[in-house]
Amino acid sequence: MSPCKDRLAISALTLLLAVNSVAPASAADEPPALDIAGAMRASFKDKKQATLARLEQDETQRLCSAPGGALSPADASRIVEINRATLAGPSDGVYLGDHTAGERVAMTGSGLQWNDDPTKPNGGNCYACHEMAAKELAYGTLGPSLKHYGKLRGASPQMLEYTWNKIYNSNALVPCSLMPRFGHQRILTEQQMKDVMAYLFAKDSPVNQ
Amino acid sequence: MGRWLACLGLAAALVSGAARAADATEQALDEYRDMFGDENPAELWELRGQALWTEKRGPRQADLTACDLGLGPGVVAGAYAQLPRWFDDTGRVEDLEMRLVTCITRLQGYSEAEVLARRFGDGDKKSDLEALSVYIAKASSGQPVNIPLRHSAEQRAYALGEAAFFYRAGPHDFACATCHGDNGKRIRLQAMNKLSDAEGARRSYTQIPAYRTSQGEVRTIGWRLYDCFRQQRLPELRFGSEVAVGLSLYLARNAEGGVMAAPSIKR
Repeated sequence: MSPCKDRLAISALTLLLAVNSVAPASAADEPPALDIAGAMRASFKDKKQATLARLEQDETQRLCSAPGGALSPADASRIVEINRATLAGPSDGVYLGDHTAGERVAMTGSGLQWNDDPTKPNGGNCYACHEMAAKELAYGTLGPSLKHYGKLRGASPQMLEYTWNKIYNSNALVPCSLMPRFGHQRILTEQQMKDVMAYLFAKDSPVNQ
Repeated sequence: MGRWLACLGLAAALVSGAARAADATEQALDEYRDMFGDENPAELWELRGQALWTEKRGPRQADLTACDLGLGPGVVAGAYAQLPRWFDDTGRVEDLEMRLVTCITRLQGYSEAEVLARRFGDGDKKSDLEALSVYIAKASSGQPVNIPLRHSAEQRAYALGEAAFFYRAGPHDFACATCHGDNGKRIRLQAMNKLSDAEGARRSYTQIPAYRTSQGEVRTIGWRLYDCFRQQRLPELRFGSEVAVGLSLYLARNAEGGVMAAPSIKR
């Protein structure tokens, strides 16, 4: 056997040993990382307007998906920063619309589900989580009570802007808030958000009775 | 149904506060349950399920009594309280409905598509899977949920189910955890349970399958997940997908130690 052939044989043996010693150890110590996004994609199918594209997470959704809700201070700041950058006030500077129309938005829970008619306006479903007008008893408690919202807080420019921002993109104020980002995600139109604002602030709105 | 609505309407008219309205809803439901005494309309599904289990049907004219639900061929008693679980013969983790589809296709010779065409009952078009699920779940009534996660595939399915439970997506940023992340909160008047913890998971999981008064149908965990994702504004959850199995295993494991009380009566 020539020296050259010996060296080749030794190299091949070394390579074999290296592969043998590394591969089983890594497989045992590190199971493949959980690919939740891939699993979600594989586990759903398009249905009418609810397409697979809806499973793709933006950065906020990804950071807000840790089991148990764990969130580092750095990620919390990051979420507020990227969502603040999306905020936009009403195009004509007028915050308040029609409170009667706003009540309809607050009461309506349909919109964007695959069984909903996409030609109809989406609801805001505020009552699913918030107490609002005293007369409506069927309210949820996931969010704080908004009863007498304007009566208690007044309608200063700061309060109007704060409330608009909260509706437009809740994560600009509270990272990983449970509340949908109604303006940023185009769930509600600008006019619908103005109408909900009026429902919260108008003196003659049922919310303030 | 009419009596139920009248009962709810009367109860709602008698109260003023919303918390009391919520209590009244629960109370009306209790009264509705009392009207049936120990009976539950789900018994009709149970009887039909029992017949479907023992009748010779399908291209192969076979019954399902050779079906192994995890405790050996034909053993129904206590099987549901230990599902989902790993099955050697299919090489995967299966929940009750997946296992039933496995048995129906293998033993009776129906195609999966035929079985799933009527997965969810609707009026006169009743679901065989829902009937069989009630029959089998009822045979675990009184048994503690027991999900030891011995197989590595079960552990992986649990981890996937947990990640899916907290996965926020869609136009509303909803995850399962958005609504099921706390005990004692309500959506409108509906009380919600924290399904990531034993207390809340036991309270919810042990009641399903359930007869739904609002639908006049019996619904399983599989339907519950399918319909929750609709409300999350996400696309349709595929039957037997890894997220579907993972989530039902996640909920079952979290409910471990809870005593099965299905079928129950729900709103």
